[in-house]
This record gives sequence, structure tokens and C-alpha cells, in this order.
Amino acid sequence: MNEIWVHILIIVCVLLGTVTIAAGLIYVERKMLAVWQQRLGPNRVGPFGILQVVADMIKIFFKEDWIPSFVDKKVFIIAPTIIMLSILMSFSIVPFAPGWVVADMNVGLLFFLAMSSLGAYTIILAGWASNNKYSLLGGVRGAAQMISYEVFMGLSLMGVVLQAGSFNLTEIVNAQKGMWFVIPQFVGFVIFLIAGVAETHRLPFDLPEAESELVAGYHSEYSGMKFGMFFVGEYLGITLVSSLITVLFFGGWLGPSFLPPIIWFLVKMFAFILFFILLRATLPRPRYDQLMSYGWKLLLPLALLNVLVTGAIVLSTN
Amino acid sequence: MNIIFYIASLVALVATVMVVTRKNAIHALLYLVVSLLAVSVIFFISGAPFVAALEVIVYAGAIMVLFVFAIMMLNLGKDSTQKESRLMNFGAWIIPALLCLILLCELIYVFFSYDAGYRNVRVIEAAEVSDSLFGGYVLAVELTGMLLMAGIVGAYHIGKEKKREYHRYLQLNEEEHE
Repeated sequence: MNEIWVHILIIVCVLLGTVTIAAGLIYVERKMLAVWQQRLGPNRVGPFGILQVVADMIKIFFKEDWIPSFVDKKVFIIAPTIIMLSILMSFSIVPFAPGWVVADMNVGLLFFLAMSSLGAYTIILAGWASNNKYSLLGGVRGAAQMISYEVFMGLSLMGVVLQAGSFNLTEIVNAQKGMWFVIPQFVGFVIFLIAGVAETHRLPFDLPEAESELVAGYHSEYSGMKFGMFFVGEYLGITLVSSLITVLFFGGWLGPSFLPPIIWFLVKMFAFILFFILLRATLPRPRYDQLMSYGWKLLLPLALLNVLVTGAIVLSTN
Repeated sequence: MNIIFYIASLVALVATVMVVTRKNAIHALLYLVVSLLAVSVIFFISGAPFVAALEVIVYAGAIMVLFVFAIMMLNLGKDSTQKESRLMNFGAWIIPALLCLILLCELIYVFFSYDAGYRNVRVIEAAEVSDSLFGGYVLAVELTGMLLMAGIVGAYHIGKEKKREYHRYLQLNEEEHE
């Protein structure tokens, strides 16, 4: 009985924690962008503008939730829930500290890949259901981008799986006690990072919503809390990819013992979140054909080569 | 485990019926995705987590996305929905439905006469699946790989555009000759 309560406590903590972090990132992103671009950023609401998040959330909750008459109503409503669902489900396999994991599955990594491939539906369906040519263009772009980048996102992780000998994330972290996988799997790390940016469709790969060409892309017609779900879903995606990079390549909760494991995990995760924000602050958006040829002609062969070389080395050392 | 099996199979059955009866192509495909997810749950509780994950990644996550993508590009309007509704008349579905009923009766008979149940489920890990794939069934894997390669080469050949050099003056001359 006690075990069940501990389990429920972990689930509640993970859900509340991730959603709070994702909402808090709205403030962090705006403040950090301001720092890097030498502006002031949000500074009106509360000390240093910290309550800006609260103001934003109140605004989003009380805006009119308008469903245009020309949309496909059912699909229009379902679309934004898919991204929140799939990403929050993915958090269930992330080990935050020893024992702090919702579902310690043997196929954990595959579960993450499955959920991230379901996340593609949110863009496609939102773009299609909006019945608007800019949204449709955004949806088409998003579908092609996510399918293409998923291919080597999975392949780039296979090097880690080969070295750890398991799909289970807890075992992957434990396999990194001697050396973090970022050193032997540096190529895999770089490819996963790029694919992760593309999967969360963040700048520089935010072509599905490219506001200078497509109004707001696939979510042009959304308002109120439905738009808020896309908004928070994007930050949840960043948090998820950052925590997975931490778990897979940077030893998860492992670190010198003067800090507790969960703090080590959070420190590493926030470092990558800040890196994602820095990317947005510095890099311009590529053209669409550049994005595609970069993925298929450079990253896919590189990922395959990485699997081949890692496999050969693992086979020869065993 | 049994109760989860019955819930998942009920979802799969309802979703599959909805796939056939929907008139809007995208709605039908979404029900197919739900049906595939339910089947994946059944795989998971029958002790095949690896196959369950692949079912979601490959079928629900990749192939169905491509289907939706293609239908989105076709931009089927109200005309196709009306065409669909004309297809669903009584004469068209009564005979297939009767045949399905016979199959269902057989299935129910088999189900009650042979009670295997989920009592001793053995979970098959990913490593075991790959052992048999690249051990006993390596020929099938390689043949499938060759088939897929042929498909990719063929698609590339069909999709390839002939490179044409555009040159202002030469183009003008050609038009003059015509």
C-alpha cells in the first residue's frame, strides 16, 4: 500500500514539476533573450518581472476561446491536446534521481521515440483542421520536417544503446559511472541535439510556424487556452529534450557527492535549456530545402556511420 | 491483465468499425491510429514490449503520418465526402457483413473451445527479438532490406527531375526556331 502512495507521489511531482518548469521558461526565455540582446526584458510585474508568467497565464485563461466557423471542429479541438499528452507521457520514462522514475520500462527509449513520433500529429492536424492556407503550409512543412528528423533522431541514440546494452534509461545512466557517453558518442550527441531542436520546432528550425512568412503557421487560427497548450507544449518539449540529453549523454543524476542527485540532474537540464534559448537568440532560420537536404544528405549518413563504427568497436571489445 | 486486454480490444474493435464507416478520410485515418495504438497495448500486455513500441513508432507514428500527409495534400473537399456516402448503400455492405459474421462465429467458437488465457505470459525482451531476427531469420531480414532498397531506388528514379540548363539567349533562339 505504501509503495503505491510513493508511486502516486512521484507521478504528481513529475507532472507538477515539469509543467511548472515549462511555464516558468516563458519568463526565463524572455529574460535571457533580453540579456543576450542587451535589452531590459520583462521588468514590470513583480520584482525583476518574475510575476510576468502569472500575468501571462491569467491573460491566456481569460481570453475568449474562439473556434472559427470554417474549421473541422473535432480535429481542431483534439490537435493541441496531442502535443501535451505525448510529451507528458514521455516524461514518465525519465529517471530524475535513483528510484525517481514513473515507469522504469525495459523499452524506455523506444517509448520516448514512439511518443515523439505521435507528437507530429499535433502540427499536421492543427494545420489541416484550421482550413486556412497558411496553416496548411505550416502543417505540411511540420509533417515533412518531423518525419525526416525522427529517422536519425532514433539512429543517433542507437550508439548509446549499443554501449549501455539496454533501452532502459536507468541502466543507461548506471552505465555512465566510468565515463559520460558524450565523450565516446560525441557524434551521436550532436545529431541528437540538432534533431531535438527540429522535433520541438524551435528556432532555427521553426519553419512550421515561421511568423515572417506564414502568419503563425499551423496555430494561426488558435486562441485562448488552445493556443496556450501549443505554447506550453513547446516549452515542455524543450524540457524533455534537455532532460533526455542529460540522461543519455551527460550521466543523468551522476556527479560529485556534495550535491544531491536531483540537483545535479536539474543543473545539467537547465544548462541545456539555456543553450536552446541561446540558439534562438543567435541563429537565423534556414530555407526549407536547406533544412531537408541538411537532414537527409548530411545527418542521416553521419548517424548511420556512427552506428556502424560503434557497433564494430563494441563487437571487437566483447 | 485480462481486464486491460478486454478494454484495449474493445477500443480496437470500435475504432476499426469507425474507420470503415467514416466518410471523411482524415477522420477515418485518425480512428485507424487509435486502433493501432490499442493493438499496441495488446502486444504490450501479451509480453511483447518491443513489438508494441515498434507498432507505435512504425505504424502509428510514421506510416499513418505519411497517409495523413498525402490526404492533406490532395485537399479532398465536400465532394469526396458525398461520393463516400453514396458508396455506403445497403447492397454494397450486406454481403461483406454476412461473411464477417461467419468469421466472427468461428472466432467465438475457437475462443470458447480453446482457453489459453494470459496466465503464464513470458516477456520477450528486445535482445531476444534481435537474436532471432539476425540469427534464424537473417535471410528474411536481408530479403526485406533488398526489397526496401529497390523501392527507394525506384522512388528516386520516378521522382528525379531531368536537369535542364536554362539560358536566356539559347532559350530565345529555340523559341524563334519554333
